[in-house]
Amino acid sequence: MIAKLLATLKKVWAVLRKPSVHYSLGFLTLGGFIAGVIFWGGFNTALSVSNTEAFCISCHEMENNVYQELQSTIHFTNRSGVRATCPDCHVPHNWTDKIARKMQASKEVWGKLFGTINTREKFEAKRLELAEHEWARLKANDSLECRNCHNFDYMDFTRQSQRASNMHSTSLASGEKTCIDCHKGIAHQLPDMKGVEGW
Amino acid sequence: MKTLLRVSAAALMTISLSSAFSVSAEGIPADKIATLREAPLNIEPTPPVMQKVINSDVKEGRNYPMQPPVIPHKIDGYQLNLNVNKCMSCHARTRTGDSQAPMVSVTHYMDRENNFLATLSPRRYFCTQCHVPQLDAKLLVPNEFVDMDTLIKADVKKEAKH
Repeated sequence: MIAKLLATLKKVWAVLRKPSVHYSLGFLTLGGFIAGVIFWGGFNTALSVSNTEAFCISCHEMENNVYQELQSTIHFTNRSGVRATCPDCHVPHNWTDKIARKMQASKEVWGKLFGTINTREKFEAKRLELAEHEWARLKANDSLECRNCHNFDYMDFTRQSQRASNMHSTSLASGEKTCIDCHKGIAHQLPDMKGVEGW
Repeated sequence: MKTLLRVSAAALMTISLSSAFSVSAEGIPADKIATLREAPLNIEPTPPVMQKVINSDVKEGRNYPMQPPVIPHKIDGYQLNLNVNKCMSCHARTRTGDSQAPMVSVTHYMDRENNFLATLSPRRYFCTQCHVPQLDAKLLVPNEFVDMDTLIKADVKKEAKH
């Protein structure tokens, strides 16, 4: 069995090593380049399409639960009209991290196929577990997705309320705490918080 | 026959009474009715501009000892339901060390037989039943409340006069 496989691999290797008989070097290089451009362009387009809010809420699990809850929060509607969409907070912006998150998302496709959270009741039952994943992710990357917009270096404490500036100039400034430690539930409803640290 | 007469007399009384009431209601001109609505009932008035919530974090004095303290900050979007009590994430006994917020008073940990509980008493769970944030707004009606210290002082003055 293994010997057979090895023999096939050898044959393939021999074909790959052999210089082209029918096609010119120019055709192969240019053709390879164009194919590469098409492949990469297609990949990136698919990636950015899957990174839109419209894509996220095309599943009723997202549209009927979390998207509805987002709409009354400051991250959806506010005085200046700047708003966050799903991927702004839930997908890392950095390319490698983004691909890693996209690979993790295959688990979500699995969940969609098998209807893990396809009713409100199922979603509520699973909400703590799902929320804990997001808290763990944000805790691990020092709330990077918050900081993509809310840059600590440019915060003006004098324009914050007394409470906010007290917290931000001490615990946050020293790095002892990160955004998600205090701002859980900022954009969606919280699950039953019994047993969660700090509640 | 006698009972029938009595019943009809009672019916007549009610009819005349109700008509008297309706007459008196019509008797008051519309502009004499004090209203916070400031528009006739059949007209939808433009709602007033939204007022700002006081967010000073400075404690407001209490008007009488048992008054639930008012909230000196915004509570927009604070989740307060079966799952979560956002207020308690700062004001609970275990949280005040981190948050430096005042602890909810000890009565909130007592049931109605005055037994102490480990956590917030269910009858005190919904904070906004008693505690509310304040608006930076003009009073719609004058407040005639006189606090008891003022009353006592007035009494003392009166007695000194006699």
